Amino acid sequence: MSDINLTIDGQAVKAAPGTLVINAAKQVGIEIPSFCYYDGLQSVAACRMCLVEIEKTPKLQVACTTPVAEGMVVRTESPTVREARKGTIEFLLTNHPLDCPVCDKGGECELQDMTFRYGAGESRFVEQKLHVDEQQWSPVVFFDAPRCILCYRCVRVCDEGMGVNALGVINRGAHAEIAPNHFDHLECDECGMCIDICPVGALTSGMYRYKTRPWEMHHVGTICTHCSNGCKTTLGVRNNQIIRGNNRDQSGINGEFLCIKGRYAFDFVHSPERLQSPMLRKNGALEPVSWAEALSAVAQKLKEVKARGGKFAVIGSNHTTNEENYYLQKFAREALGTASIDHHRTGDVPTLLDALSGKTGALATTDDLYNRKAILVIGSDLSQQHPFLAFQIRANYRHHNAHIYTVTAGPVREQKQAVRSIMTIPGQELEDVESLRDQLKAEPELVIVFGDAIKGDGVHKLVAFGDSLGIPVKYVCLVDYSNSRGASDMGLSPRLGPGYRPVSEPGLAYDEILAAADLDVFWVVGANPLKQNALASEKAFVVVNEMFLTETALRADVVFPAASAYEKNGTVTNVCGEVQRLKAGLQVMGTKPDLEIIGLVSKEMGINIGIWTHDKVFDEIRTSVHGYNIPLPIVASGGAAQTTPVNGHVPASSRPDLIQSSRDTLFTSGSLGRYSKTLSSVLEAPGGLYSGERP
Amino acid sequence: MLYNDPHPLEVKIVTKRFGLPNSASLDTYLATDGFKAFFKAMEMTPEQIIEEVKLSALRGRGGAGFPAGLKWSFVPRNSPLPKYVIINADESEPGTCKDRLLMENDPHQLLEGILIAGRAIGAHKGYIYIRGEYRYLIEAMDRAISEAYARGYLGKNIQDTGFDFDIYTHSGAGAYECGEETALLDSIEGKRGIPRMKPPFPAVVGAWQAPTLINNVETLSAVPAIIRDGAAAFAALGPPKNGGTRMICLSGHINKPGVYELPVGFNLLRMIYEVGGGMRNGKKLKAVVPGGSSCPLLKAEECDIPMDFDTLAKVKSMLGSGGTVVLDEDTCMVRFALRIMKFYAHESCGWCIPCREGTTWLKKMLQRFHDGGGQKSDIPLIGELSKNMLGRTFCALGDAAAMPTISIVEKFPEDFEAHLNGRPCPYAHAAEPVFA
Amino acid sequence: MTFSPELEARFAKMLESYPPGRTRSAVVPMLLYAQDEVGHISHELIEEVARRCKVTPLQVDEVVGYYSMLHKKPQGKVHVQVCTNISCLIDGGEELFQHASKTLGIGNKETTPDGQFSLEEVECIGACSWAPAIQMNYDFHHHVTPEKLDKLIDELRRKQ
Ligand SMILES: Cc1cc2nc3c(=O)[nH]c(=O)nc-3n(C[C@H](O)[C@H](O)[C@H](O)COP(=O)(O)O)c2cc1C
Ligand code: SF4
Ligand code: FES
Repeated sequence: MSDINLTIDGQAVKAAPGTLVINAAKQVGIEIPSFCYYDGLQSVAACRMCLVEIEKTPKLQVACTTPVAEGMVVRTESPTVREARKGTIEFLLTNHPLDCPVCDKGGECELQDMTFRYGAGESRFVEQKLHVDEQQWSPVVFFDAPRCILCYRCVRVCDEGMGVNALGVINRGAHAEIAPNHFDHLECDECGMCIDICPVGALTSGMYRYKTRPWEMHHVGTICTHCSNGCKTTLGVRNNQIIRGNNRDQSGINGEFLCIKGRYAFDFVHSPERLQSPMLRKNGALEPVSWAEALSAVAQKLKEVKARGGKFAVIGSNHTTNEENYYLQKFAREALGTASIDHHRTGDVPTLLDALSGKTGALATTDDLYNRKAILVIGSDLSQQHPFLAFQIRANYRHHNAHIYTVTAGPVREQKQAVRSIMTIPGQELEDVESLRDQLKAEPELVIVFGDAIKGDGVHKLVAFGDSLGIPVKYVCLVDYSNSRGASDMGLSPRLGPGYRPVSEPGLAYDEILAAADLDVFWVVGANPLKQNALASEKAFVVVNEMFLTETALRADVVFPAASAYEKNGTVTNVCGEVQRLKAGLQVMGTKPDLEIIGLVSKEMGINIGIWTHDKVFDEIRTSVHGYNIPLPIVASGGAAQTTPVNGHVPASSRPDLIQSSRDTLFTSGSLGRYSKTLSSVLEAPGGLYSGERP
Repeated sequence: MLYNDPHPLEVKIVTKRFGLPNSASLDTYLATDGFKAFFKAMEMTPEQIIEEVKLSALRGRGGAGFPAGLKWSFVPRNSPLPKYVIINADESEPGTCKDRLLMENDPHQLLEGILIAGRAIGAHKGYIYIRGEYRYLIEAMDRAISEAYARGYLGKNIQDTGFDFDIYTHSGAGAYECGEETALLDSIEGKRGIPRMKPPFPAVVGAWQAPTLINNVETLSAVPAIIRDGAAAFAALGPPKNGGTRMICLSGHINKPGVYELPVGFNLLRMIYEVGGGMRNGKKLKAVVPGGSSCPLLKAEECDIPMDFDTLAKVKSMLGSGGTVVLDEDTCMVRFALRIMKFYAHESCGWCIPCREGTTWLKKMLQRFHDGGGQKSDIPLIGELSKNMLGRTFCALGDAAAMPTISIVEKFPEDFEAHLNGRPCPYAHAAEPVFA
Repeated sequence: MTFSPELEARFAKMLESYPPGRTRSAVVPMLLYAQDEVGHISHELIEEVARRCKVTPLQVDEVVGYYSMLHKKPQGKVHVQVCTNISCLIDGGEELFQHASKTLGIGNKETTPDGQFSLEEVECIGACSWAPAIQMNYDFHHHVTPEKLDKLIDELRRKQ
């Protein structure tokens, strides 16, 4: 259909049919104010701020529900319109407490901004305001009803965006109030989307409230470290403390989305259990020592073992950066001369890449999940394990009516939107997928999202199934952690180097490393393999880079206190292969990024494997790992660029038996989750924690 | 039961059975032309029925006065979805008490009207949304419905015509806003009565997403007479485009308040002085609420007019729902305005800012004003705030609150002036109730 | 929760009266009828109605506070509702309300200590031509004077 021509404030505007006047105006840089309108959520036309004059209609019209029409003449700043806005704001302020000086939202409040622009300078309201006491709905969500302007954004984002429906409206008229789903408390995802989307300070965060004024923080856009979805998050940092996590500018792949982990679980950073000094085992006990002492102890040991041809093994991390992973494998292979390097594999990425050999554009991006016409989810409870991917799919359903199919062993939230859901038994997934064949064939295109239920040969079968449908099919192989995908791409693998290049002499795999009784040196970077397994080699000298004294760190001879993702620069690759930039928001005293630790050890050993600044290492990755030659400006400016780290046969078995997802939920996150007070408090909050009667 | 005596000037179309023994029974109904129109309608095509209703110039009796036939024609012919007829028996507009009498005294007339509407739009189910306070009428309608089922006037293959129709009652639970047709739809779906965005109009997307015809009780009660006796006869009762009769609910300071069926266009002063028996205690007429509390008031000198939709629109008021409230010279207009605003503030659903906050602010201000705390600057402010609601709210409730208020401050400024400077209400002496 | 057999029968019929799958439509009437039987709307009742109508308790709770006839607090056996809206107002409705308040010794939306009566100032109840009007529970009384009101209350007191 051809574009519609209209005039807004004297400017000629072309807009697609169906475009709302408010958005048509935005296209040409005219901002029509609104409280309740929120892009992507259903219009409710409740705030009446977006009233505009439309020629030939007697009354002012709401721009948030009026679609453009040919020849329409719109005025958004006429005296009548400004008068109406002023009147509306005046009404709004009558029952608003105007406690801006002590309100969390002060400085970031849309009501303040709007009052500044259109508002009545003096108050003509002299009557008594309504008052209702503040309520705590959960460990992380507080509600202050008098501040609420009833824009219903929170209700809609919880319903439409999250599919949770935990918020509603009770009472009537001026007494109408937002309410939680269990009378006086919330039982929900605790994602805090409602808090962020609230234009005023009615919904506030249990972690952030009354801590600071927004302008006292500096804001650092980086990537969340808790799961593989790779959401952009903005850390609000003051005095080297993260005070807040949100995505305030709505940039990045995730727009306004963050889950509870992204929003609150940064607090592990400031856990009192955080290691802030190297530890060295002396007389059987770990004791704090200087960096110099620890580095030299390790370097000496490594040199000595290397000199006598001893046996090394390295386990790397799913949440360290690409640069660190790349540098670590280089260090292992070149400095230590070992190929025994691995990581906890949570999804069968290598086999998928192998199966897609020769195809282009067969890896789905997070954007594809929002834009493609049909999505098949196999064996994952996405809303629990991949909250952002689930959010994308829900939005796709809402906005584009995408066809969703699920094949899962238990009930999942996506079933609500699914055209067909199959409850399967673990192991039967592929058979059940087969029964969808006719329906899927009729789709114009498809994205298949699969969890660790499909691995090894299963992946080949799945791709063969996809090929047989005769439609364009893209894939997402689900992995768990913020850089699981990067760990695999960077070659933390005994048989595959960076970019899945085969190595001539394979080393030991994860299980073989732990079982090898004759290891001399075992270096673990940002992983906790000894949580579930024992280390067979009693004599092994164990070096651990960690943030906390984990089970593995407790077995170490030397522990290096590592910086978290929020304290370093570099890149990570998310579940869809999108590379994004980490930006350090703060420094925690005594810690160092793993990249620096490895660099310092090699220097101490007198070995030069290259400069260990993140940008230099990334340059090397760009030249040596297929697909990582991404345009730098995109990543540098906080965007995401998708990579295909290999296009060709991947020559090694992925050892399907080693692949296992941790099945983290919304409230758990690998080993970091335990150290987040917020996650624990939400996990511990019983249904009836706040069971007092509502006032 | 009838609560007032009929008046000889009445023209009895929808109330013609009122006062007959057992007027609510199906037997009485059948004995007095009942269901003749239905059988006639079954011989007509839907288009013919709609055309007939258009010709009758029947306009909605619920308040807005929208031409009924036109509304019927908006229901899409070939929607694959089931269609519904919903009867608005929420009767909550202050001053209005007529639908109640129709359901109590002649329920089968309403049922027949629903059947004809159903036939015209191709619906097979009807729901009567009755305000919760009218429990006895829910029971009365349920009885009539059961009787009609038992005798084959509802259900499958009604009277061998091949037409199926089911009718149910649905109880509200106290909310004026649920009389607004789209809020009513949300209410009947089990939700808060929040109005819906229009378009789409209920005729296209209504109850349970399906095409839905919503009419007031009195509107549908007039349909059998129209079909039976012909549109022309009905239309001829009133001025052009204002066909038929209206049940006028006369209340206030008159000698014979009551509900009277009068031709549309009947003169307002004659209503007061002839039908209503004149002003009580020989007092002077001060003002009239012509058609329910939402309508701008008329001053005494504006009252010599025919009560039809178009004339009232011309004098910037409305015929509304037929609730005509007559006020005498001792009525305090500040108190009256306050009570109206208290009502709208209480009934505002709260969805949009101007209505929710505007009505509440005005209520508080009028209360303070009436209590003696008013200031001169408040008087224009009352008008200004009302205008800040007018035309800017999500649904017409904001307008309904603003319009009478604007008319009161503009037409009776002296009553406001008289309250200034802490002076006691000048009408306090008359506050001694009369209890007519 | 269990209700009387009559109410159960009513609910069964009610749920059937709406189009298939539209059980939510029964929420409002079900709450009102249940309240008539059990006195007020408790959390338990909300959860019960939610279960029967296949909605979340929040969706029921949203409705409860919206409709003015639904009450979360127990009311008197006889709920006296005095209309003070315009037609009644000008015929003595407000004075009648004041009188009722004095007679019963309670204010608006209060209940007598013995739980027999509660009082509420209500909006137009559709009796304007026969004002002032009151409702006692669902029964209408027209042209009510203070004396008539006292008599009605007296009679009810004696019956209890
Ligand atoms: C706030 C508000 C309240 C209303 N209340 C009622 C009502 O109680 N009864 C009614 O029949 N119409 C009421 N209406 C009018 C309805 O929206 C609608 O116009 C009517 O039911 C249509 O039927 P009709 O065309 O037969 O009049 C109300 C409208 C508004 C805006
Ligand atoms: S709490 Fe915030 S987001 Fe929710 S309705 Fe109120 S102002 Fe809007
Ligand atoms: S004003 Fe009291 S019943 Fe209508």
